[in-house]
Amino acid sequence: MAISQSLSPLRPDQFGPDQAQHLLNRAGFGGTTAQVAELVEMGLREAVKHLVDYRQVDASSLPKPQADADIIAPLTPEQRQRQAAAIRAGNEAEIARFRALRQQRKADDRRQLEHLQQWWLQRMIESPRPLEEKLVLLWHSHFATNHRTVEDSFLMFKQNLLLRRHANGRFSDLAFGIIRDPAMIRFLDNHANKKQKPNENLARELMELFTLGEGNYTENDIKQGARALTGYSFYDNEFQFMDHEHDEKPKRILGISGTLNGEDFVRILLKQKACAAFVCYKLYKHFVADIPDQMPRESRSVILQMARSLRATDYRIAPVLKKLFMSRHFYDTAIVGSKIKSPLQLIAGTIRMLGTPVRDMSLLIDAAGTMGQTLFNPPSVAGWSGGNTWINTSTLFIRQNLATYLITGKLPYLDGWTRRQLDYDPTFLTEGVSNRSPEALIDHLIKILIAGPIPAQRRTQLLAFVNERDGQIKKDRMIGLLMLITAMPEYQLC
Amino acid sequence: MLNTTMQAAFTRREFVHRSLAVVSTAATIPTFLHQSAYALVDPDDMPLIKDQPGIPQDRILVVVQLSGGNDGLNTVVPYGNPTYHNARPGLALRENQVLPLDGGDGIGLHWQLEPLREMIGEGLASIIQGVGYPNPNRSHFASMDIYHTCQARGGKGLGWLGQLLDQIDPTNGTSLVALSGEAPLAGQGHKTQPIAFENPKLFRWIGSEMHAALEARYQQISRDSVEDPNGINTLIPQPDNPRSFIRRTALDAQVASQAINEAVAQGSVTSYPGGQLSEQLRMVGAMIRAGLGTRVFYVGLNGFDTHAGQAGRHANLLRQFAVAMQAFYRELQAIGQDQRVLTLAFSEFGRRVGQNASQGTDHGTAGPMFMFGPMIRAGLLGKHPSLAKLDQGDLIYNVDFRSVYAAVMEKWLKADSRKVLGKTFRPANILKNV
Repeated sequence: MAISQSLSPLRPDQFGPDQAQHLLNRAGFGGTTAQVAELVEMGLREAVKHLVDYRQVDASSLPKPQADADIIAPLTPEQRQRQAAAIRAGNEAEIARFRALRQQRKADDRRQLEHLQQWWLQRMIESPRPLEEKLVLLWHSHFATNHRTVEDSFLMFKQNLLLRRHANGRFSDLAFGIIRDPAMIRFLDNHANKKQKPNENLARELMELFTLGEGNYTENDIKQGARALTGYSFYDNEFQFMDHEHDEKPKRILGISGTLNGEDFVRILLKQKACAAFVCYKLYKHFVADIPDQMPRESRSVILQMARSLRATDYRIAPVLKKLFMSRHFYDTAIVGSKIKSPLQLIAGTIRMLGTPVRDMSLLIDAAGTMGQTLFNPPSVAGWSGGNTWINTSTLFIRQNLATYLITGKLPYLDGWTRRQLDYDPTFLTEGVSNRSPEALIDHLIKILIAGPIPAQRRTQLLAFVNERDGQIKKDRMIGLLMLITAMPEYQLC
Repeated sequence: MLNTTMQAAFTRREFVHRSLAVVSTAATIPTFLHQSAYALVDPDDMPLIKDQPGIPQDRILVVVQLSGGNDGLNTVVPYGNPTYHNARPGLALRENQVLPLDGGDGIGLHWQLEPLREMIGEGLASIIQGVGYPNPNRSHFASMDIYHTCQARGGKGLGWLGQLLDQIDPTNGTSLVALSGEAPLAGQGHKTQPIAFENPKLFRWIGSEMHAALEARYQQISRDSVEDPNGINTLIPQPDNPRSFIRRTALDAQVASQAINEAVAQGSVTSYPGGQLSEQLRMVGAMIRAGLGTRVFYVGLNGFDTHAGQAGRHANLLRQFAVAMQAFYRELQAIGQDQRVLTLAFSEFGRRVGQNASQGTDHGTAGPMFMFGPMIRAGLLGKHPSLAKLDQGDLIYNVDFRSVYAAVMEKWLKADSRKVLGKTFRPANILKNV
């Protein structure tokens, strides 16, 4: 059967538990059968609305982050003088004190970063607005900035708040916001972009990675765009426009001439047809499928329809997402269960779907890093590549071992395990399943944990595992079954 | 077609033979076995398999990362230069703490580097002096990214080794093995995905330890080469289809895990000293001996960020480095593999010329690189960086690290370095005619 390339909505009666589960996987991090049932109960339109218009959902119970704005405060003028004097006089003791002060700040900053990473992961695990976290994650990878370069956790947090503010708002607000965002300015050296000596870094990435995509501008557009962004700097955590560094002379970007400042530059970019298509391509990759550069025909068609909608609504993200999440294309069997989970999707999803203990938050952050996804530290300005690049033989073992850790408490790098570490009873997962035969219980577990088709051989193995003993599925057997299911190749997909 | 339910019952050897039978249906063979399967076949019988001309299939590169910024001036020591002693009243090494080198006028090695001096004498080691790059970055991460990607700010997330392997060995699932928890950025390619583990025990499923009954089921699940039921649409065609890709990787992982764990358990012929680097190189030696087909191994030694109390720590690190390298090549000689293995050791930067107030040194710029193996031009290569002409108190590099990489790529692994480096770098003259 041909793959649907239609953005027209699914018939309401076609929205059953499988579809609701798919929606929850993709617009969130998965959920329990009860949560799936709730969405079915709401019906397609309301369920999508509930997820996308998430500001109506109360999230006040979530933990508040502790972020100290002065974690990396610059030295006061008086301190700077003292330091300079110490260097002039060769006062080694004083110089050493300043060095120690700097090292202390860096250590504090690293600690604050860890706190913020945990805060964000906790939201992914607990938030009643899962799409909010998923969108912020998308924008974090889209406007990728990393702490390794910025070296100031507060600026990273501040950027996160910007992405959060407009996550399902207008893309244009994100684009306007990002050229005034201190972390981005620092990351792409725009504080060094001055009329006497332009730096093209931000201008180039703004076009290539943030709005248009390669091939939709010339090198000269970059040069001119860089001039428009001269003087866009920051001081003490705040954006600062440096009048005297800004190039006031006329410029010409993508065929439009004028004195053109940074905002004019962004407006020109947003007017390009390529921009909406590029943003929708990113939305599609994040929520639908990790398509290769050689796009499948169906995907191209859907992305162009999305782009029309995005332009028609002046870059409002929520309407295009609602269309997408209701569309026949989104629920096609070619889409369901065929996207590789990101490391954070895997972690948050396993906890949400199985109701395991969170265990050790800092360990989960480390594990996500080893699997290739450290929050606030995407590998480069291009963000995470996602899709198949998440997976290699090593990360696959880490993924399987992580699931085993969440289910059992068994630490991969320590020998031995005792029952005291378990602290988890999965039997609630099959409550309400009336047929208590091993076959039916196994089918139920597969259904709640694996999206999309699953080969018959997988079921055979699980059944053989249960039948090796007495055929009973009590707590221990169920733990074993969950370990095996989460170690299936198909568990890496959603 | 292969009877899939039978597959897991085979031993590894039978598995190799089995896969030979189905070479044409490549989707079911673990990519890991592609190379070895092909290697066993008479090329005349296999007209479909294209040889890649000019690429010696057996050549191996080992990269040693000395993390933290190795103090080059106290490694390759300009003990004859008064400026050195003036800049480092508490850290400069005196003549009797330095090992003289042939042709090193007033320049010698740190006293803990005796094994390195011996290797130089045997034609097995060289030191490339004053390696760096323009506009040096003094941040650990940024400078390390530059050495990994040859681009400022980590470029677009691709590394020099990954892109190199994309060219010469794109279908080999174990082309790069890193003995570290996190995969090095250097190993990321378009196709190439590094394997990374600190300990091969972590390169397997831990569930098997918990209950014997789980292991067999798990193996079967991972190795069952299954197809989707008919009538399932796929959006992304082969070979990138995620569902097939993940199943193939699961199979690769089992085969590689078994091969690597068996190889490492086999141990070494000679004995190694203790220490982080030595233990990693012991595993590398075992994997080479087992014929794993890996082209690049990535190992490391941490702790070179010697801001305070440098003397003892640095001496200890240099000793670990030197004895580990010597033990590694002794082992390679004993197993008859030394001709195949070139080793390159680097650090993200050297340290400042002047010491600081804490008997340590701060982040600097240029520093020495080291090469090992019988194919290198042994000895002290290049000029020692000038102590008279500095840039803001830092050494100025003489050799761009990318010209060292270019030599390794062009001369040793026969790859097009321009594709990786983005422009042409004249290969540094550091290898014999190989």
